Amino acid sequence: MSDRLALQAEDIRKTFGHFTALAGVTLNIERGEFLALFGRNGAGKTTFLKIAATLVRHTHGKLRIEGIDTTEDPERARRHIGFLSHNTYLYRDLTPIENLRFFARLYGLNDADRRIESLLDRVGLRRRISDPVRAFSRGMHQRLGIARVMLHDPSLILLDEPYTGLDANAVDTLNDMLDEAAAAGKTIILTTHDLEQGLRGATRAVIIDRGKVVFDGAAKDQAIRTAYASCIRVGGKA
Amino acid sequence: MKPLTAIVFKDIVIEMRSKESISSMLMFGILVLVIFMFAFEGSGLDKSLIGAGELWVAYSFAAILGLNRSLAMELDNDCLQGLLLAPLGRGALYLGKVASNFTFMIIAEFIVLPVFFILNNLSFDQRFLAIAGISILGTLGIAAVGTILSTISANTRMKEVMLPILQIPLTVPVVIAAAEATSQILNKETPEISAWLTILAGFSIVYLVISYLVFEFAVEE
Repeated sequence: MSDRLALQAEDIRKTFGHFTALAGVTLNIERGEFLALFGRNGAGKTTFLKIAATLVRHTHGKLRIEGIDTTEDPERARRHIGFLSHNTYLYRDLTPIENLRFFARLYGLNDADRRIESLLDRVGLRRRISDPVRAFSRGMHQRLGIARVMLHDPSLILLDEPYTGLDANAVDTLNDMLDEAAAAGKTIILTTHDLEQGLRGATRAVIIDRGKVVFDGAAKDQAIRTAYASCIRVGGKA
Repeated sequence: MKPLTAIVFKDIVIEMRSKESISSMLMFGILVLVIFMFAFEGSGLDKSLIGAGELWVAYSFAAILGLNRSLAMELDNDCLQGLLLAPLGRGALYLGKVASNFTFMIIAEFIVLPVFFILNNLSFDQRFLAIAGISILGTLGIAAVGTILSTISANTRMKEVMLPILQIPLTVPVVIAAAEATSQILNKETPEISAWLTILAGFSIVYLVISYLVFEFAVEE
């Protein structure tokens, strides 16, 4: 069973001082699954993704990425992870090609130029390779961010609110690339507030509330809509 | 070595475009020297006695400006998180940032140092080379501790204020040892210089090793 899992989270808890962000999340995600993670603000979605990306250390529990324990060997686990949030982690004073070359060197990729060129083609930024990222629109920023995520060909793609601030064109590009990644057998975990956007390509949907999984089911199941509406309503009253 | 050189090269390219770090350190360093020159003009004090302190005040405060700029570059667009996603040990990232901070500080200092010699009517003899050597050793200590402190202060509300509050007390041993060694060189009397250089090298290495080991916790959210 575990060798089929891209991500295996057992009773993951995270506290920041007295605040409990995750109160015991257990989630097994199989390779090739496209999981949409929903929840209201402060539910623990971003914390879970950051723990999965090894950016934040969990307080309790066990987390394995592609069978690798992230506490024991975080560097090896990171090779399998591509993480994109609404911040693209790109240097504004560098050009797209300089940014991607820098990350390629950090990931120890040899002869990365061909891959960089093909990714820049794919995200439609080939003609802007000599412009500093500073001059890019929000959509172009995010498209380059997608290229950064895909650069080392990760098997697990984590996306935290990736649609924030994107225009329709950029949303289409992102969706196309996610569809391609899903077709190529990549595992995708995406958080969003937009139920329709999240469910578009997803095969599975999970709702987190107050740091716990309160719904876990197929994305096509109508129950997700009822559970989501109920979660938001209860959250609103609280 | 590849990630380390990648970080240094990236920082150099950004600095060549923005010209913010070295120019601000340089301006500040030279301004401090000029202010000291006017403040002690006509006081009758021996320049070789106050010169060492003057130089290290200029170096250490200019370094804070450089470290703040280096921190700002990594905080913009959350780039620090991008570095942390790389499949590298946190220590390797730390060494990369120390190397680039050290490079920028040394470039600024090697322009400030001749200005210091000119303003104090000192001849460019063996003493210039000796002080340049002390500058390298002292700057290593300042960069070692400053890099980790700038990362720690990144997670606080008053980032730019927090860095000098943390940095100045911790670099006191390095600055005192460096200033004492510099003073002995300027006075051409070096009976205790090896002791001060040992202290300087010792603190620089200890700061570098400890910071390397605990950097992982400094970047933890």
